[in-house]
Amino acid sequence: MAKVTVDGIEVEVPNGASVLQAAELAGKEIPRFCYHDRLSVAGNCRMCLVEVEKSPKPVASCAFPVADGMVVKTDSPMVRQARRGVMEFLLINHPLDCPICDQGGECDLQDQSMGYGMDHSRYRENKRAVRDKNLGPLVKTVMTRCIQCTRCVRFASEIAGVPELGATARGENMEIGTYVERALSSELSGNLIDICPVGALTSKPYAFIARSWELKKTDSIDVFDAVGCNIRIDARGPEVLRILPRLNEDVNEEWLGDKSRFAVDGLKRRRLDRPWVRKDGKLVPASWREAFTAIADQVTARDPARIGAIAGDLCDAESMLALKDLMAALGSPNLDCRQDGARLDATRRDFYVFNTTIAGIEDADAILIIGANPRREAPVLNARIRKRWLAGEIGIAAIGTPAELTYPVEWLGNSPQILAELRRGDLPFAKMLREAKRPMIILGQGALRRADGSSVLVAAWALAAECGALSADWHGFNVLHNAAARVGALDLGFLPGAGGKDVTGMMQGGADLLWLLAADEIDMAQIGADTFVVYQGHHGDRGAARADVILPGAAYTEKSGTYVNTEGRVQRGEFAIFPPGEAREDWRILRAFAEVLGHRLPYDDLTALRQRLAAVAPVFGRIDDLPRRGAVDLTPPVGDPEALGTEPFVPAVMNYYQTDPISRASPTMAACTATYYPSIAEAAE
Amino acid sequence: MTDPATKSPHPGAEPESFVFDPESDAVIDKILKKYPPHRQASAVLPLLDLAQRQMKRQTGSAWVPRVAMDAIAARLGMPPIRVYEVATFYFMFNTRPVGKWHLQVCTTTPCWLRGSDAVVETCKRVTGIRHFGETSADGLFTMNEVECLGACVNAPILQVDDDFYEDMDAATTEKLLDALRRDAPPPPGSMIGRQASAPEGGPITLTTLDFAAGSAPQGGE
Amino acid sequence: MLNDKDRIFTNLYGLHDWRLAGARARGDWDGTAAILARGRDAIIEDIKASGLRGRGGAGFPTGMKWSFMPKQSDGRPSYLVVNADESEPGTCKDRDIIRHDPHKLIEGCLIASFAMGAHAAYIYIRGEFYNEARHLQAAIDEAYEAGLIGPNACGSGWDFDLYLHRGAGAYICGEETALLESLEGKKGMPRLKPPFPAAVGLYGCPTTVNNVESIAVAPTILRRGAAWFSALGRPKNAGTKVFCISGHVNTPCNVEEELGIPLRELIDRYAGGVRGGWDNLLAVIPGGSSVPVLPKEICDTVLMDFDSLREVKSGLGTAAVIVMDKSTDIIKAIARLSHFYKHESCGQCTPCREGTGWMMRVMDRLVAGRAESEEIDILEQVTRQVEGHTICALGDAAAWPIQGLIRHFRPEIEARIAAFKTRDLKMAAE
Repeated sequence: MAKVTVDGIEVEVPNGASVLQAAELAGKEIPRFCYHDRLSVAGNCRMCLVEVEKSPKPVASCAFPVADGMVVKTDSPMVRQARRGVMEFLLINHPLDCPICDQGGECDLQDQSMGYGMDHSRYRENKRAVRDKNLGPLVKTVMTRCIQCTRCVRFASEIAGVPELGATARGENMEIGTYVERALSSELSGNLIDICPVGALTSKPYAFIARSWELKKTDSIDVFDAVGCNIRIDARGPEVLRILPRLNEDVNEEWLGDKSRFAVDGLKRRRLDRPWVRKDGKLVPASWREAFTAIADQVTARDPARIGAIAGDLCDAESMLALKDLMAALGSPNLDCRQDGARLDATRRDFYVFNTTIAGIEDADAILIIGANPRREAPVLNARIRKRWLAGEIGIAAIGTPAELTYPVEWLGNSPQILAELRRGDLPFAKMLREAKRPMIILGQGALRRADGSSVLVAAWALAAECGALSADWHGFNVLHNAAARVGALDLGFLPGAGGKDVTGMMQGGADLLWLLAADEIDMAQIGADTFVVYQGHHGDRGAARADVILPGAAYTEKSGTYVNTEGRVQRGEFAIFPPGEAREDWRILRAFAEVLGHRLPYDDLTALRQRLAAVAPVFGRIDDLPRRGAVDLTPPVGDPEALGTEPFVPAVMNYYQTDPISRASPTMAACTATYYPSIAEAAE
Repeated sequence: MTDPATKSPHPGAEPESFVFDPESDAVIDKILKKYPPHRQASAVLPLLDLAQRQMKRQTGSAWVPRVAMDAIAARLGMPPIRVYEVATFYFMFNTRPVGKWHLQVCTTTPCWLRGSDAVVETCKRVTGIRHFGETSADGLFTMNEVECLGACVNAPILQVDDDFYEDMDAATTEKLLDALRRDAPPPPGSMIGRQASAPEGGPITLTTLDFAAGSAPQGGE
Repeated sequence: MLNDKDRIFTNLYGLHDWRLAGARARGDWDGTAAILARGRDAIIEDIKASGLRGRGGAGFPTGMKWSFMPKQSDGRPSYLVVNADESEPGTCKDRDIIRHDPHKLIEGCLIASFAMGAHAAYIYIRGEFYNEARHLQAAIDEAYEAGLIGPNACGSGWDFDLYLHRGAGAYICGEETALLESLEGKKGMPRLKPPFPAAVGLYGCPTTVNNVESIAVAPTILRRGAAWFSALGRPKNAGTKVFCISGHVNTPCNVEEELGIPLRELIDRYAGGVRGGWDNLLAVIPGGSSVPVLPKEICDTVLMDFDSLREVKSGLGTAAVIVMDKSTDIIKAIARLSHFYKHESCGQCTPCREGTGWMMRVMDRLVAGRAESEEIDILEQVTRQVEGHTICALGDAAAWPIQGLIRHFRPEIEARIAAFKTRDLKMAAE
C-alpha cells in the first residue's frame, strides 16, 4: 500500500495503482476521454493531467503509478491550465455540431468542455473534415467528430476480441476505421457507441430519433439470451426507442449484445394487439370475451389429460406460474418448458444452472466447452471467458463445431465420444483438466437437445467430478442456457407432472388442446391436425400462425417480470410502456381466463403472485442475490454415461441475430443477418 | 461469416492477389531469423519493404497494394488491420502506384536554405508534374515532397528511389532527370564532385593521418 | 583546433577503406577481448569517468544510462538498441559513421552490450539510409565471419548477435520508445513512461537505447582511456563531437571537434565562414531543428556545448548547426520546421496532434503577414499549451523553434503583419 495525498486528503492505495485511481478514492473527479477502466491505458487524450509534487511537468494521472508519500494536486493553476489547453485542442477540429448530434445531452466532450474548457475559441483556421466509415448496419459514424481517443480500437481488440478497428495514417490525418470498409464482425459492436466519448460512433437505427432528455428510463432485464444482462429501457410515450446496458459487475459488467440492444424495433412490428379466433379456417378479430368463450368451450369438452401447455423462451416467471396453476386447476399434468427437447434434469438445481457463475469464470484455470458456441449463444458471457483468457494461464478446449470464439480454443473434435475419451484420460487436455485447480465444464443446449442428451449430461457431470471441478468451494459444472425463461421455468417446475407428457408427447395429436405461452420455437407442423391451439403471446410469429385462438400478451418491456438467468440469478425487470391495443399482461390474462372457468387463481395482484412464486420455489424470494457455492452433493444426475452416441453436436444457434419472435420481427436484425449471414438471409427469401 | 461489402481503398489499381515470389521468399527466411520466436511481427516493416520492391520488379511501380498487406498479415500471424496501420503510418510505403522513378525532394529548412525550391521547380518544369504526389503523364516520374533526409551538409537532396543525389541545383536536376529518362541514372552522391561530407575543395581535417603506413593513432595502452 | 590524432572518426569523409581491413588499419577491433576482460563494472566506470554524454540530443550521461540495466537477469534477456534513425533536420553525422566507419559502431555495440549484459543488439536505421544500411550490413557480415561478433565474440567468451533493422520513414521513431514500438512491428507511437526501457523495453525486456555516435566512440574511449576523453572539451561537456554545419555557409561540412568550440570559430574555420561574411549572419539554429534559434549577437560568442547553449535558452541537441544569413526569411525558415513537425507528429496525443497543425497554420499566415498582431501572443500561448503536455518530446520540439523565433524576431513578425495590412489597405483604396 502507498500513502498518497490528493488535494490535502490522505488516501491509501495499492502499489501499482494509478494516480487517477488514488484521486478517485479521495473523491476527486478527474476528467478523461481515453481512459476507461475496462480497457488498457492509452494515456493519449491528456485530459487527466494532474500536478505531482517534484515533477516539473503535469503528468497523465491515468498512466502514472503512485508512489508512497506522493503529493498530488488536481485543482492547481497548473492543472487547470493544462486541462483548458487540452480541451481547446480537442475542440479546434471538433465540428461543434451538437444541435444535430445524437450524442448531444450525453456527451463527455460536451460536459467536460462546460466544466473545464474556455468560453470561446481562438482557432481561426479551417476545421478538419474526416470521411465517415462503414462499420455495418448498427454503428453510425461521423468521423469528423472523432477525438482519436482509441477507446473503440481498444474495445474491439481487447473486449470484443475482433481486432478489426485501427487508427490508420498519422498525425492529424490519423483516422479510425477498418481501412477496408468492412462491417465489424462482433456481436458486441453496439458497446462501441457507449464507450465513444463523443458523437463519432452513434446508433445507426436510433439516428435522429430522440434526445436523451425526452426519454423515460426504466430498469429491466434482457431476455434475448439466458445471461440476464441488466438493461435500461428508454421510451418516449408508447414507444421503446432504445435499450442500453446497465452496470452489473456480476452479470454483464457494462456490456450488452447487439441483438439485445438493437432488436428493439422488432417490438413495434407484427404485434398481436387484439384477440383473434379462427372461424372457418380463418383467423378473425374477436373480443376478449369471444376468445375466452371459444377456449372455454374447448376446455370443458376435453379430457384434462389431453390438455397441454408449453412455455416459450421469453416468458417471465409470473406468467408461467399462472399458467402452471391454471393447468393444475384443470387437472392436467402436461407441462413443459423445453421447446428444444433439451434433456435437462430438474431434480436438483445444480444439474441445470451455470454453477460457477459468470463472475466466477474469472477464477477458472481450465475450461471445457461442450456443444456450445458461447459467442452466438451468450456473447456477453463469452466476453467474460475472453477476459479470463486475456489474464493468462488458462487452457480452453471445446467439443463441437469449430468456430472463432475470440480466444484460442483447442477443438477436440465433434462427438460425444470425446467425453468418454477425456474421462479415460486419453487426450492431453484431460491432463490439463485434472491438473487445474478450478476447472470449468460448460455444457450447451446443443449437447442436451438430442436423444443421448441425458447421457451427455451425466457423462459431463462425471468428468467434472473426476477432474476436481466439484469441490466444497468450487462448482465447475455449468449448463449454458439460451432461453431467458428456461431456468425460471425449471425452478418453478414447469415440467410434466406425474404421468404427464413432455413436448414430444404433446405433438402428433398427443394433446387435444395445446396452450402455447409465447412458444414459437417448436415445429408447428408436428402439432396434430386436430389439436386446438391457443397462442398467448406478443408477436404474430410461428405460434400465432398455427393458433385457433390468439390471446395478445405483453412483451418483456411491457410488464414487470421476474427472470432467472443461466446462473440461477433471480432478477426483476420493470414495466416501461403499456402493451399495444388490447394486449394485456400475461398473468392477468391467465387469471381472467381461469375465472371464466370458475377457477380462482390465488392472487389478485403482482405482490400476491410473487409471494406464491417464493412459496413454490424459495429462490424467487432472493432478487439478484446469488452466493457463490461449491458442490455439496456429488450424486450424479439420472442417465447412463456409457450410452453416448456418435452423432456430432449441432449448434443451438445458427443465426445470432434472429432467434425469437421479437428479433425475427426486427428490420435491424434482418439487416444484420443479410450482412453477417448472407447465405441464411438468401435462403430465407 | 463472409462480407460482400469489402471494398478496396484504391479500386482499379488494386491487384486481385499478391504472393511473395521465390526471390522475396528467400529474403523472408533471413529476415524472420532476426527476431525471437513469437516476435515475428517485428518483420512487418521489412516485409512491407520487400513487397514494395517485388511490386517494382513485377509491375515497374513500387507500391504496396492491400492484398500484399493481407499476405504479410497472414505470414506473420497478425490481424490485417495492424498491418494496414503500419503501412499507412510510415511514409516510405506507397499505398498507391507510383511512376518508374520516384523523385523525393527534401524541402526541409536546411535543404530549403540551399535552394530546394529550384530543385522542385525544375522537376515540375521537366516532368510536367504540377503538385507533389502526382505522376507524370508518361508514367515515368512521381514527385513527392519529403522531410529531412539526413544529409543536410550536402543540401539540397533529391532522392530517386533508394539513392541520394546531393548538392543539387536547377542545372544538375535537369541533367539528372534527363539521365533517368534515358534509363541511365548516374552514380548517387554529390553532383558537384564533393568528397562525401567534406567541405567543398577537399578535407581540411584528417589530412595528417597515414593508415597505410600503419601509424594508427589509436593503438592500445 | 583539435589535433587529427585526437579525432575518433578518422574516416569521416570516406577517404579510406570502410571495410574490416581498413577499419583494423585505423585501430578498430584492437584488443577488444582485453577490453571485455576488464569486466562489466570496469567498462561502465570508465565510460562514466570519461564524461561521455549521449550524442543523440538529450545529453544524458552514457555510463550512467548503462548502469541502469539489471545486473542480474530475472529470466528476461537484456537488449541494446542503437538509434540510427537520424532524422533531426540539420543532422547527418551518424550517416557518415555508418557508411564510412561502420566497424566503430559494431565494435561499440559488442562492448556496450557486454557492459549491460546483453547478448543481442539491434541497430534501427532510418529507411531512407538504404545505401548506408548496405554498408553496415556488409560490415556486420564481415565481423561475423571474422569471429568478432557471434558466438564467443573476439574470443572473449561472450556470445553476441547484432541485427540491422530498417525503418520506413518516420521521424518519431528517433524517440526511443517509439523506436522500440516500431522495432516490434507497430506504429512508431511513443510509450508512456514509466516504465522506462531499462525496466520494460524491447519485447518487454530491459533495454538501453543509445545513439550511434555514443556507441561508436566507446571503443576508442576505452582504448585511449577515460582521462584522454575527459581532457577534451569543457568540464561536464567532455570529449569530441561530430558537428554538421549546413545552410548559408561557404562550405557546408561535417567535422569532428571538441565540445565547447566557439560557434563562430566552428563556422569560420571549417565551413568557410558565413556566406557574405560574419556580419551577414542573421541567425543560427545550433543543435538541429528542435532547439530554439539564436540571433547573431548570441552567435558571436556562444560556445558549442550542452551547458553553454542551455544558458542562452537553446541547446546542443545533435550539434547540427543550421546557419542563416541576412537574405533568409526567418519566419519562413521556422514555418518550414512547423510543417516538419506537423508532418511527423504521430497523432497519438492530443496536444501534439492538434497543436502542430494549429501552429503550422498560424505560422503560414505569419509568413504572409496575414494575421493580427495579437495572434503572435496566442501562438506563443499555444506553444506553451503543447510544451510539457505531451507523451514524448516531439511536442516540445515543435514548440521551441517558434518560441525562439518570437523571442528573438518578434519585430520582424510584427513588421510582416503591418506590411500586409498596408498592402491590404492600398488594394482596398484602389
